[in-house]
Amino acid sequence: MTRPASTDAQALLEVGERLLAFAEAEGATGAEVVAIRSDAALTRFANSEIHQNVAEAGVHVSLRFVLGSRQGVASSDRLDDAALHRLAASAAAIARVSAEREDGVALPEPAQIAPVGGALAEATADATPELRAEGARAVIAAADAAGVTAYGSFRTEVETLAVANSRGVRAAGSRSETHLLTVMMGPGGGTGYAEQAAVDVAAIDASAIGHEAAERARLTRDAIEVPAGDYPVVLESYAVGDITDMLGYLGFSALAVDEGRSFAEPGRRIGSDLVSIWDDGADPAGLPLPFDYEGVPKQRVSLVDAGICRDVVYDAQTAARAGRRSTGHGLPAPNTWGPFPINMFMAAGASTRDDLIAGMDRGLVVTRFHYTNPVHPKLAIVTGMTRDGTFLVEGGRIVAPVRNLRYTQSYLEALAGVEAVSAERRLVKGMLGGALVPAVRIASWTFTGTTRH
Amino acid sequence: MRDLLERAIETARVRGASYADVRHVRRREEGLTVRTGRVEAAAASESEGLGIRVLVDGAWGFASTSFIDAAEVDRTADLAVRIARASATALRRPVILDERPAVTGRYATALREDPFAVPVETKLADLLAADEAMRRVRGVAFTESLFQAQREEKTFLSTEGAFTEQSVTHVGAGIEANAIEGDEHQRRSYPDAGGGFQAAGYEWIRDLDLAGHAGPLAEESVELLSAPQLPAGRRTIVLDPSQLYLQIHESCGHPTELDRVFGTEASYAGTSFLTPDLLEGGFRYGSELVDIVADATAPGGLGTFGWDDEGVPAQAVPLVREGIFVGYLSSRETAPRIGRTSGGAMRADGWNRIPLIRMTNVNLLPKPGMSLEQIVADTDDGLYLASNRSWSIDDRRLNFQFATEVAYEIRGGKLGRLYRNPTYTGITPEFWGACDAVGDASSWVMLGTPNCGKGEPGQTGHVGHGVSGARFRDVQVGVGKW
Repeated sequence: MTRPASTDAQALLEVGERLLAFAEAEGATGAEVVAIRSDAALTRFANSEIHQNVAEAGVHVSLRFVLGSRQGVASSDRLDDAALHRLAASAAAIARVSAEREDGVALPEPAQIAPVGGALAEATADATPELRAEGARAVIAAADAAGVTAYGSFRTEVETLAVANSRGVRAAGSRSETHLLTVMMGPGGGTGYAEQAAVDVAAIDASAIGHEAAERARLTRDAIEVPAGDYPVVLESYAVGDITDMLGYLGFSALAVDEGRSFAEPGRRIGSDLVSIWDDGADPAGLPLPFDYEGVPKQRVSLVDAGICRDVVYDAQTAARAGRRSTGHGLPAPNTWGPFPINMFMAAGASTRDDLIAGMDRGLVVTRFHYTNPVHPKLAIVTGMTRDGTFLVEGGRIVAPVRNLRYTQSYLEALAGVEAVSAERRLVKGMLGGALVPAVRIASWTFTGTTRH
Repeated sequence: MRDLLERAIETARVRGASYADVRHVRRREEGLTVRTGRVEAAAASESEGLGIRVLVDGAWGFASTSFIDAAEVDRTADLAVRIARASATALRRPVILDERPAVTGRYATALREDPFAVPVETKLADLLAADEAMRRVRGVAFTESLFQAQREEKTFLSTEGAFTEQSVTHVGAGIEANAIEGDEHQRRSYPDAGGGFQAAGYEWIRDLDLAGHAGPLAEESVELLSAPQLPAGRRTIVLDPSQLYLQIHESCGHPTELDRVFGTEASYAGTSFLTPDLLEGGFRYGSELVDIVADATAPGGLGTFGWDDEGVPAQAVPLVREGIFVGYLSSRETAPRIGRTSGGAMRADGWNRIPLIRMTNVNLLPKPGMSLEQIVADTDDGLYLASNRSWSIDDRRLNFQFATEVAYEIRGGKLGRLYRNPTYTGITPEFWGACDAVGDASSWVMLGTPNCGKGEPGQTGHVGHGVSGARFRDVQVGVGKW
């Protein structure tokens, strides 16, 4: 295999054209090609030194071969004609023996894709090992200055995605992403966390992230234990990002609604008036992506408006079953997850962080959650731990760091209990994309256990 | 191909690497998913590339590529060295690898029926038959049946003279039935939530008899809708292998990974309460019945291989002996720091990832005395918990909470009524200290997961767990508000 002379978006679309032709020659009644070129690098540090440092260059091409109401998918990372021909034959062979689908196979029609500004930053594309090492050193310097130890990672990535199908969809574009995170650990069991995600690596302020985490590590020294129970809480943006991410996974998907496992129903109240959540792949304040993995332009979808459930996201298959158009939230085939919101936003409020804390007579401030997992998906009951900065508030002021707590809490009941929302929002990396979310104060949160640190 | 791989490490050496290794990996996968009667996914994939790992001035660098030709190999080796030099600008403790002889050889998974040679229509027919049997049960809302196979052909070469070739084949299959009524959603799965997996051929899938288990499984999912909620309390619990394996995975497997102990996963998954001073001090991890071994030679395990991704031979490493913490999963870099040599646990998720310390097959050894059925018969008042539904554990692997799909009441040594939404929670050494019965060899099965997440960028590991079921006293169950 020889590396293509050019691996930009147009070159990937040309791969798509060649593969569609091979599929047609194999007798496909429809076909879809998804080609992804990725260049990613990550510098990881621990014990205040770089200990892992990696880079990868790869391309992956996938063919969905449609034969009436049957389909088969094959994928490879070889792009020469012989390999693409084998790929088409492989997908065709699977489709021929696959079972008929009662709902048919839905491939989207072409649609105008509006250009999305701010999806790609040249500085991220050009990021070097030396630049990432410089970022790591800035974080480590902040740790050294505070007498704590730094752990973390600094990632830069550029992805070019091209989608072509037999109905005329031709979508291609590049995006970049960078993410710096750090956990710091210090004397007396203190730990702190901070992260920053962006399209442009030039926007990453490694020193500021380092100082934020170091300050938390200093403040959490010699944490006290508080008993499990119900407490009002202020959740920092990092923790709120877990809530939006989890609800996207559990319920804001048309497939979850189809199968009866979602909490989402249009018109149902699931949050207080202060809660509005939407998905918008075109907003440059997030990690924008103009179209999905089926080549459908991303629409802004209102998921929760002033506490009321409005809509969920669709891909081509779930949209066809519902008799509507895809909202541009398809994942690469074969996809058993269904559509997924990966560019979520939660509306800002009017409070400062100090206002949020001042509103609690006795409560807890939670920086982030750790290892969260649904206990009861339809009720959105989730368990997890607090981590890297949990504090006791009395009389509207932080009075002590506390040891980590386990919670078992319905995220829907949490949204219903939102009392105040911060004006400031942060972009937090999620399972698949990113979410721009505020900090919130919630009337009651159920903690069900304690640990030893 | 060998010429290209030798070129890779020679290029790295010439550029200044004191050590280099290269892995060429060709991975083939096939996946079939039937969801509520329709074939939701039928896919085959192939991936091929190479990754070059180098040590320069005591610092690591790694670069990988799927474009395989001489020029790209040179570029990738050069990049790996450049990355290592960047690492060296923030280095406090240069890497030292343990000394070991260079290995050569070949290894292949033992199997009778190549899963890739079995026609797709045969495999789909097996899934559709099971799926149909589940959907025949009134009250079932949706179903899923899956088959997966993976073969990884891997060549490893190092500047120390190692040269190994391996072909490892894993298969998996499973079914699940989901019943929904109002806000209540209940699931039952077989042989394990998310499917059961094994290093084997399609013969293992046939032996599962998915269709034969489908009907009773679906009926139980519906029955759970009207079962009472498990009340909160402190109870005796007996864990079925389908739950016990994950308990071992989370509360023994991960905390014995020596890289976690040294903080190299602190920014992502966390660290470990099992610090080296506890190894020296004879820390009691569990009761005298608890013997846990990381055994990369166990037949059928997802963590079974010939050599790890540093060229260290597969071996059995005791982790807990008669309840006392005695060992770690380790690597050539970490083991010397506690005065030992590598236990051979370094594995990478494909050509584009570095090897990390991963579980091999972390097994709870069976104890002569009682089978799992006899343990139930020996229990006067308790709960029998099966099939994992949810898991969570803190960043030092102490406070855990699990949910299972089902709890059966045990009264007078017999299984009785069902409870829905069962959960239990505890602190790792207290929980294992309360283990008062482990099933014998007749109940021992090899299970495992192909979805063990670790590292940045993320890696998914295939790890095995041999278990026979066990009993624990005075455990908190029924967590949260329902």
